[in-house]
Amino acid sequence: MRRTLEKIGDETLYLLEMAGRMGFFLLRCIGRTVQPPYKLRPILQQMEFIGARSIFVILFTGAFTGMVLGLQGYYTLRKVGSEGLLGSAVALSLIRELGPVLTALMVIGRAGSAITAELGIMRNSEQIDALECMAIDPYKYLMVPKFVAGIICLPMLTCIFDVVGIWGGWLVGVKLLGVNAGAYFQGMYANVDWQDLRMGLTKSLIFGLLLVWVSAVRGYYLHLERDGGFGAEGVSRITTRAVVMSSVTVLVWDYLISAIML
Amino acid sequence: MAETKTIPAETVAIELIGVSKTFGRQRVLRGIDLQIMSGRTTVIVGASGQGKSVILKHMLGLVSPDRGQILVFGRDLAKIRRKELNALRMNFGVLFQNSALFDSMTVFDNVALPLRERTELSGDEIRRRVEEKLALMDLKGSNNKYPAQLSGGMRKRVGLARALVIDPKVVFFDEPTTGLDAHKSNEIYRLFYQTQQQLGYTAVIVSHDVPKIFKLSDYVALLADGRIQGCLSPEAFQLSDNPLIREYVETSMGPIYSSAEEERGFYETV
Repeated sequence: MRRTLEKIGDETLYLLEMAGRMGFFLLRCIGRTVQPPYKLRPILQQMEFIGARSIFVILFTGAFTGMVLGLQGYYTLRKVGSEGLLGSAVALSLIRELGPVLTALMVIGRAGSAITAELGIMRNSEQIDALECMAIDPYKYLMVPKFVAGIICLPMLTCIFDVVGIWGGWLVGVKLLGVNAGAYFQGMYANVDWQDLRMGLTKSLIFGLLLVWVSAVRGYYLHLERDGGFGAEGVSRITTRAVVMSSVTVLVWDYLISAIML
Repeated sequence: MAETKTIPAETVAIELIGVSKTFGRQRVLRGIDLQIMSGRTTVIVGASGQGKSVILKHMLGLVSPDRGQILVFGRDLAKIRRKELNALRMNFGVLFQNSALFDSMTVFDNVALPLRERTELSGDEIRRRVEEKLALMDLKGSNNKYPAQLSGGMRKRVGLARALVIDPKVVFFDEPTTGLDAHKSNEIYRLFYQTQQQLGYTAVIVSHDVPKIFKLSDYVALLADGRIQGCLSPEAFQLSDNPLIREYVETSMGPIYSSAEEERGFYETV
């Protein structure tokens, strides 16, 4: 009994400590973002890494998501005789849900994991200590460009995902399955409004922040991990954990934002 | 009982007073008292795992003590703001055990980083200073190489160039020759000696390389049992009566003679 209680206490303390650490980490990052000097070049470099280099994978997943939505949507809507609504069904699911969520998940896999591994290795090989000793603020130098780039790039990538997805749906629905092209686009114009776009973009902005936050904090505090974050194995373990944690966080927040904004 | 020299206060660059630190359940430092003298070389020796690097990290403000005070140029690290700490750190250069070079940057960018991030110097001036330091370290022509393409000795030299590029007042060396052969170690020592003569910085060295390191040091401090067992000149260190120092000197340098006070009549029998 006592041992169980101790275990619960230990676990609670650990979780509280982690939550506190993550909270302060985010506050510091935000603080340093608004604090001058502002340097554009590192932000552009991170935008290239997080954004530009993710474009191919976003085009690919966007196209196939749209195509499968077109396919599934067509057969479902045909049952109730409303194939004409295919355009709005594809567009709404993409803009409100799938666009932001899948973009975030793809970026987590591609850039989030890389951020964790990079910071973890820097921590392990004392590179972060070296920065501090040179009086270079690691938050300002390493984190701020990543945060800004994440927040700028995610909405842009989401827009690309949405547009490509809509054309993917068009390819399957209109070109392959014979839905009327006019109906496909007209339904979209009629049913998608600013509210939907705003929800999608808000989500992608928040996801951009969340994924950089979770990925960065895990790598940065690698040395404070309970089961030791040492060596190559430590970095790989922490990277896996960061990917799982950011994906779950994104899905939970997706629900919360939808519930608030709908 | 720790033996410490009485030295006038105005020459103290860094002072540790009763510094204790515990990691998890392991009590690493149990009340460290140590003075680092300006313009001098202090070497901290001790068996592995005693916490020598932890002492350096305390001096650098990377780790804060559970108890005790750390004064750097007379300022208590616990009582200053981050900005002031950063200003103090502008006087520091550090050569890390594994060099801690930024592996995604070239040699040139590594050395230039502190100047680019912390000063307002022009690009040309930065290039001039970096190339001067690289030339001093016999690293001409390695500007565009990445750390992974360099040998261990070269990496240390790049690390030293980076530590010295801002002309620091205090330079910390964490095991500067670990993993290097005798020839490469000598080269690092030669560069250290030359640069210290030239720039006159205070040096704090954590090292295993006894007795070679004694030749370069003004003071030797032994860390054992979580305390500094005396900060003495190398000669006095080798003749100390402190049993822990004697044991350390004997294990690292071979048996030594006792001091005349402790074992009277010993020398007559030799």
